[in-house]
Amino acid sequence: MTAYALSAPRRHALSFRFPARLLGRWLSPLVLLLLWELGSRTGLIPERTLAAPSAVLGALFAMIASGELPSNLLVSFGRAAIGLSIGIGVGVVLALVAGLSRSGEITVDPLMQIKRTIPVVALSPLFIVWFGIGETTKIALIAFATVFPVYLNLYSGIRAVDPRLIDAARSFGLSRIELIQHVILPAALPSLLVGLRFSLSVAIIVLVIAEQINASAGLGYLINNARDFMRTDIIVVCLMVYALLGLGADWIVRAVETRALAWRPSIVEQN
Amino acid sequence: MDVARGFLLAKTADAPAPAVRLRNFTRRFGANTIIDCLDLEIAPGEFIALLGRSGSGKTTLLRTLAGMDEVRGQDVSVPSARAVVFQDARLLPWKTVWRNVALGLKGGTIRERAERALHEVGLGHRLDAWPLTLSGGEAQRVALARALVREPQLLLLDEPFAALDALTRIRMHDLVLSLWRAHRPAVLLVTHDVDEAIALADRVLVLDGGRIVAEERITAERGDRTGLARSLRDTLLGHLGVERGPVAEEGVVHLARVRA
Repeated sequence: MTAYALSAPRRHALSFRFPARLLGRWLSPLVLLLLWELGSRTGLIPERTLAAPSAVLGALFAMIASGELPSNLLVSFGRAAIGLSIGIGVGVVLALVAGLSRSGEITVDPLMQIKRTIPVVALSPLFIVWFGIGETTKIALIAFATVFPVYLNLYSGIRAVDPRLIDAARSFGLSRIELIQHVILPAALPSLLVGLRFSLSVAIIVLVIAEQINASAGLGYLINNARDFMRTDIIVVCLMVYALLGLGADWIVRAVETRALAWRPSIVEQN
Repeated sequence: MDVARGFLLAKTADAPAPAVRLRNFTRRFGANTIIDCLDLEIAPGEFIALLGRSGSGKTTLLRTLAGMDEVRGQDVSVPSARAVVFQDARLLPWKTVWRNVALGLKGGTIRERAERALHEVGLGHRLDAWPLTLSGGEAQRVALARALVREPQLLLLDEPFAALDALTRIRMHDLVLSLWRAHRPAVLLVTHDVDEAIALADRVLVLDGGRIVAEERITAERGDRTGLARSLRDTLLGHLGVERGPVAEEGVVHLARVRA
């Protein structure tokens, strides 16, 4: 019996333990939720401090049904998407310039390092003076903040390409363009994806901050309104939506990684 | 056998120009002279083994022949069709095996050519595998296919078997010989394994301090070289600065056989 226990296939043991472990990870959040609900029902947690989970759920359904949440979410999503596209685009171009040429590096990298030292949020007054309090400022803040993670990771990824691979590719007569296309860019892709992940989470943080600036639509607008009416249920709904946006962004990058980095051993083994 | 005879006839008939010719070749890095007035000729289809200690200039010489270093107006002639197999296979991990073989090829039938080369090295079943899933021996065979598909007149092997286990190495020796017999490129095998050099080469060169200090031509058939191996081994090891008494030598040979 002992021998059996020792030599029993591992997978067997795992398949039994797995559901229990999964439940175990859900257990503490569920208990917290229950305590929260209980606290609200007994009046221990006043509604103006924090609405009950059931009330939050109710508010969520009501806001979806009235179209209030989807329309404002779309506005926020649009801001983030436009800001991100600009930020990522500029970051990739600058990283390519700095990574692939010596003179590009000398020109671009010092500027980027200076830019890095300026906290993006501190720029908002200047941006408001320049662009007003409309959409442009919000998008510009997101774009400005998301340039750097993409730039830094892609640039260092390009610089870290294994010189032995470049040597080998050269010995097979690859031109410079082919070398960039077949060796340097694929080698730097994992770094780019890391940068992308950082940029996405930065975009959501800056989105929250930017939407505090006199927004007339969007999640930030909903939160500000709810604050004025002390609707904690709506505030919690919006926080949940921000969290879901973050999760969604992460999921997208991971899906891209699984496809684009299919050659990596960790992913290969899973198949 | 027929191929070999045909080759010998061709060689005697019109004495073809050497595939590789270096005259008075010198290479310096700063104050260090790595290669010092070196003369080298390799006939088409000749299999040369280049022995040398680390720092003897082997790698520099190989890089020169591969066209990976500038030669700056020196008298160096090498064929335009060259290919290198490195000690580490240096496959691009993000390209499947056949795409690695096809890297840099031009023309329409790239996939067919890559497949044919991979079948030749016995990897016809791993065409679409990712390089990181290959064993060391398989990766090295892909590297051989990648070199062969270019139909090189000069094949440069930079210690290609050094990182493989003994059994795989023996199999690779046979594979390289059969590929060489089929395609007849001139081969320069850089190695520091004396036995490997004796087993494979037509001619063994010993490089030391940037000069060729010894040259041995082996006329015995491959596979029939055990008889001459002992004395030749002593000579070559002597040139490499390894002195051994006969008793110790016996022990080494014995051990090597057990390991193989």
